[in-house]
Amino acid sequence: MSQFTIKDDEVDIVIGALQPDLTSFMEQWRPFFSRFHLIIVQDPDLKGELKIPEGFNLNLYTKSDIDKVVGSSSNAISFSGYSCRYFGYLMSRNKYIISIDDDCIPAKNSNGEPIDAISQHIINLTTPATPFFFNTLYDPFCEGADFVRGYPFSLRSGVECGLSCGLWLNLADYDAPTQSLKPDLKNSRYVDAVLTVPARTMLPVSGINISFNNELVGPALLPAFRLAKEGKVRWETVEDIWTGMCVKVVCDHLRLGVKSGLPYVWRQERGNAVESLKKEWEGVKLMEDVVPFFQSVRLSESAVTAEDCVVEIASSVKEHLGPLNPTFDRAAETMVEWIKLWKRVRAN
Amino acid sequence: MSKPATPVAPPLKDELDIVIPTIRNLDFLEMWRPFFQPYHLIIVQDGDPTKTINVPEGFDYELYNRNDINRILGPKASCISFKDSACRCFGFLVSKKKYIFTIDDDCFLESEFGLGSVICMSVNCRDEFSLFAGRGGAGVSFGDLGVNGPREYAKKKFFVYVAKDPSGKEINALAQHIQNLLTPSTPFFFNTLYDPYRDGADFVRGYPFSMREGAPTAVSHGLWLNIPDYDAPTQLVKPLERNTRYVDAVLTIPKGTLFPMCGMNLAFDRELIGPAMYFGLMGDGQPIGRYDDMWAGWCTKVITDHLGLGVKTGLPYIWHSKASNPFVNLKKEYKGIYWQEDIIPFFQSVTLPKESTTVQKCYIELSKMVKEKLGPIDPYFTKLADAMVTWIDAWEEINSPAQSAPAADAKKDGPSSKKK
Repeated sequence: MSQFTIKDDEVDIVIGALQPDLTSFMEQWRPFFSRFHLIIVQDPDLKGELKIPEGFNLNLYTKSDIDKVVGSSSNAISFSGYSCRYFGYLMSRNKYIISIDDDCIPAKNSNGEPIDAISQHIINLTTPATPFFFNTLYDPFCEGADFVRGYPFSLRSGVECGLSCGLWLNLADYDAPTQSLKPDLKNSRYVDAVLTVPARTMLPVSGINISFNNELVGPALLPAFRLAKEGKVRWETVEDIWTGMCVKVVCDHLRLGVKSGLPYVWRQERGNAVESLKKEWEGVKLMEDVVPFFQSVRLSESAVTAEDCVVEIASSVKEHLGPLNPTFDRAAETMVEWIKLWKRVRAN
Repeated sequence: MSKPATPVAPPLKDELDIVIPTIRNLDFLEMWRPFFQPYHLIIVQDGDPTKTINVPEGFDYELYNRNDINRILGPKASCISFKDSACRCFGFLVSKKKYIFTIDDDCFLESEFGLGSVICMSVNCRDEFSLFAGRGGAGVSFGDLGVNGPREYAKKKFFVYVAKDPSGKEINALAQHIQNLLTPSTPFFFNTLYDPYRDGADFVRGYPFSMREGAPTAVSHGLWLNIPDYDAPTQLVKPLERNTRYVDAVLTIPKGTLFPMCGMNLAFDRELIGPAMYFGLMGDGQPIGRYDDMWAGWCTKVITDHLGLGVKTGLPYIWHSKASNPFVNLKKEYKGIYWQEDIIPFFQSVTLPKESTTVQKCYIELSKMVKEKLGPIDPYFTKLADAMVTWIDAWEEINSPAQSAPAADAKKDGPSSKKK
């Protein structure tokens, strides 16, 4: 397998800071973060100054930066909570972006050594994806694997990877009902595989540990789907699930790949599933409409960029989902605003 | 007779048949004895019917050779391949059980406990355990013992192989297949933590609750460590590559996605999907080989997608010991390599009519489409389409209600030999 080497300055690590003290988080990731440029965006609702250790090459954005750039013209877009990271994406000029929640630390391998999730994401993004036919030995481009008997040769060069979805050990990304019902359910299974999620197959993308090709799909990583009582723990959000499906539709349409699997990060316990369930359960209900919608949406041939695709998806959301719930209507509007903002920021 | 270290409970003992095609011998059954002995075996003997295949003592089996196949199916026997492991589908045809597990005769138990290592228990000294590392790792090598490998050692010492994982649990490929088949699949929406019905897993955030019941599982496709299932060109380029990666996952292949199904380590629900498991015309007198399981897999997937059933892949792993000759393979496969470029788009575009509500109906429709769309590529496909129809005719004949009663004419329909 040959994998072209990328320059470190093609990568941005974007961290949304929802907690005031990032010291422990950054120290644990230091061996893997320090080579790269970081963009840290402080949740605009988080008051005070962030504590960040020395020795990183980083840009920090706070509420005042967000207000300055976004201004009042795009008042439909909220960058509060987990959505603050999207401001970081907006500001990034680099090709590859990797994002990890600030309550995750490196997972350890069987020798007790921390796993370099950053490198794995880069490998995922820079090796081809294979969405048109399933390879039973998973990623054929990794060392020691290949395409199996019966895999058409014309499909073996694969396509570019647009999005790489990593996983989590310890506290898995279950929803509040599931985690409430099974409070002791932790993910301890390390599945040593990366696979391409097939074309036209939808999946729930978790924002906890992801990376993407900013040049190819950047505009589709958008803050649009906000629950009325959205909170500061993942159990109280589904914004990433929405965004992930937008990205998958875009990738399917533009013949790009979406991978899932390695790398794992270790997700620390935070919050209380039962409390979250009491507070915000609407997200779970809304998925019933969201998933069938994304499974059936089709884009026109004239949509040739991620921006075009997002605009078409937004229009379809407004038409088909808008009537069902105001959250969908708002999402459609926000998506359109986001593309305008994206283009404006890029033009400057 | 040797006994396993701990008793192995046989799930679905009376509902599952193990189908094994063979042309050489069945020594490998010794290794599987603790897991296979409770089950009924259907052995399909390929090649020269006058040759006697020796089945180790103590197994409950029926064995069919070419003469039996010709006798039982009459002119319909033309759909069963000769000199190719595709003949195994005859075993699927005559089975009376709900589930089938099929395996090749060069496949062994896999152990998580160091690849290729086995824990042997002596018949005479039950308290004596020895650990052998088949590949790397510490321990005594087979060479040290003056034997070529685990099989020869077993034959010499009547040892029983009971593979265990680090927690001490026995790895039982058959039990894993059964688990896969008895739990639902999730073909409609991808679960990023793979099979949500496995211990220690569940559906992730964002997975709609209305989809969490899943779909009935029709097929469980297992994988292989050591010799990977590569095609001939890949084998020629990478003769030394071995699959050493144990991926601890079972996952559902999403609806609308095709995959290359390998028949080496396969289990399925015969009641749900049996008639689609036709392994085509391969081997002697045919222009193609080593595409039997591929063909069955593509037909099966299109039909399971249509009928709302699921196909799982992943665990269990078996240890694939024998690498076939890549030059021989190339000769068998090369037409397939060209043809699959047309075959795949064909299967990807198949839509079955709403009226096709049974597997048999779906399969007949498929055969018509094969004749129409693939026939122009090569006359082989026209023959294959006809054979697909013959297969369904044979299936209906053998599996019609009249047949499910004890056969009055046992001599006509029975195997040439059975035991137990």
